[in-house]
Amino acid sequence: MSGHSNWPEWIYVGVVVALMCWVGAEAWEAERLVEHVPADAEVIKVTGQQWFWSFEHEDGTKEIGELHVEKGKAYKLEIHSKDVNHSFNIHDYVVLMDAIPGRVNTVWFAPTDVGEHDIQCREYCGLIHYNMRGTLIVEEPHS
Amino acid sequence: MVLELQKPRPIWQIMFSTHHTDVGLLYLITSLGFLFMGGALALAIRAELFLPGSQIIADSMTFNRIFTVHGTTLIFLFIIPFASAVGNYFVPIMVRYKDMAYPKLNAIAFWMIPPAGALIWLGFADFTWYATPPYSIISAPGPAADMWIFGLKILGVSSVLGAINFVVTILKCKHPDMSIGQVPLLAWSFLSSSLIILVAIPTFAAALLMLLTDRLGVTGFFNPAMGGDPIAYAHLFWFTFHPEVYVLVIPAIGMMYEIIPRFSRKPIYSFNSGIFAFVLLSIVGFSSWAHHMYATGMSFTEKTVFMVGTLAAVPASAMHVYNFIATMWNGRIKFLTPMMWSVGGIALFFSAGAGGVANAAMPLDFTTHDTYWVVGHFHLFVMGTIAFGSIGFLYYMYPYVTGRMYNETMGKIHFIMSFIGTVLVFFTQHVLGLYGMPRRIFDYPPIPEWIAMNQIASVGAMIIGVSMAIFLANMIYSAGKGKPANTEDPFGVGGKYYYPFEAKNPSH
Ligand code: HEM
Ligand SMILES: [Cu+2]
Ligand SMILES: [Cu+2]
Repeated sequence: MSGHSNWPEWIYVGVVVALMCWVGAEAWEAERLVEHVPADAEVIKVTGQQWFWSFEHEDGTKEIGELHVEKGKAYKLEIHSKDVNHSFNIHDYVVLMDAIPGRVNTVWFAPTDVGEHDIQCREYCGLIHYNMRGTLIVEEPHS
Repeated sequence: MVLELQKPRPIWQIMFSTHHTDVGLLYLITSLGFLFMGGALALAIRAELFLPGSQIIADSMTFNRIFTVHGTTLIFLFIIPFASAVGNYFVPIMVRYKDMAYPKLNAIAFWMIPPAGALIWLGFADFTWYATPPYSIISAPGPAADMWIFGLKILGVSSVLGAINFVVTILKCKHPDMSIGQVPLLAWSFLSSSLIILVAIPTFAAALLMLLTDRLGVTGFFNPAMGGDPIAYAHLFWFTFHPEVYVLVIPAIGMMYEIIPRFSRKPIYSFNSGIFAFVLLSIVGFSSWAHHMYATGMSFTEKTVFMVGTLAAVPASAMHVYNFIATMWNGRIKFLTPMMWSVGGIALFFSAGAGGVANAAMPLDFTTHDTYWVVGHFHLFVMGTIAFGSIGFLYYMYPYVTGRMYNETMGKIHFIMSFIGTVLVFFTQHVLGLYGMPRRIFDYPPIPEWIAMNQIASVGAMIIGVSMAIFLANMIYSAGKGKPANTEDPFGVGGKYYYPFEAKNPSH
């Protein structure tokens, strides 16, 4: 249709494709590292329901709305839902995983500093979705 | 065929007409009506979020209903009918045929929209525009939810009928002297988006039926309590609606392809690469649906496949941007209102695409997913690109539809305010997302960064609101009192405008 040659466009498309390959490769590598759960991670059962979070530690301790963990340990969270979809999120530690009834999803993290962080629900789950929040409390190792 | 408003006809003559320009006018007015209705809800949302605590909206249920109907309205009742309006006016003219292929079907497809819109608005459902189960099955109050489902079913049928009409008009009714490669890019955009609709929508139609029978308690497709799987719905939904975003954006890009060469007074840089990119986009658009579902517990392999599928769509979009810039390069550009909207739209298309690449990268998605980042990202597309392209085209077709000129100064003010407003609202929302603010929340804790960002966004929304009032005044006033347009070349850019006199309306 056009009389002129299109080679600059081919170079441009080539650059875009190369850029996408690079983004994809970096993301793939990062995700691979992030998904590798340490073998000694402690398991915590996380349950979402309208509209609060509850937690059960390996030793049977139960908590509601608050999650106490120790600095420097790795935790594997097994995420359940009792009713509708929720999404368990600790923004400060980039922890995000949907809680879906009938499934168990896992995600892991290892807190690095003592302090408090917000836990929230990030998937629309009805009336009180906006306030389905909790607190992560990272403490010094106990012994 | 300069139109209706100079030679008034009784309204029912337009309503019962099946002529493509009349149906186009009906689509146009309906879609603009819904634009203002949906926009009003957006202002309510932004006003509520200006400060933490409850301001103007009494409770979270009302808030949830407002954002649900806002999204549903603007996507299904503004953007899609607007594209149909443009297609109705221009596709038959561009393929040099007297009307759409099936004029009666065309009118029927339009007339399905008002009842569907009524169901959605009167129901006022609260389960977001995804209607995700099991919430939508076990928790969402009826009859609102059922009305929403029915409304969407009707809209789906209407889209499919409209798409069949466009495909047949373009492929079968084009003038025999015209090869498919000579069909203008705007018509090509309708061909590609209609083909996407024909592949994608039936999937969602099935999902909606399954959702409805689940709600009735007859089946349990998506209800885990009855052995079903909510994730199956997510797959069906996104298999339709990821491609659907291209259905929305492709006609808007087609509209820019009309405006940019004409106002740059240069031919399109590469017609063929425009066609190629449309076709490529409508195919790879299907390869990326599950990038909305990285956090549902997909395996690493699945995530990788969908990341690659998503990134594959980027070069096709990038080719359009290149084509636009290369067309403007060295052109004698005339910055009238339609051109300003198109150029602004391209700039925002580029920014939104860059944000999309970040979403597609799976580890990054975990910081952005279901936060305000996503809201900012897709609004840059739907508002910044699609609405900008559409509004620019509306100014462009204005003399054609009314026979009069709009007020140019007001048009420019409208653009400048909307552009500033859009940047303020949606760039800020990206930042809010990075601070971790979840989307769809009625209230938020008083975190200083969140408050500041929300306030900037709300002010931006008010600026857009004011600009839209100017727009409305301009459209209505100029239709009656504007100065008569030179229909041969209303913008004084030389060359031929649309062959307006060939679109003879039988009732004139
Ligand atoms: C063509 C115009 C586009 C439109 C209208 C559009 C629209 C949307 C919408 C409505 C969402 C919200 C989904 C949600 O709520 O979870 C979304 C999310 C997303 N978009 Fe786009 N999009 C477009 C283009 C793109 C492009 C070009 C890319 C990638 C290169 C992309 C990547 C994504 C990703 C990965 C998400 C998921 C974010 C998340 O929720 O985690 N989009 N988009
Ligand atoms: Cu929740
Ligand atoms: Cu929630």
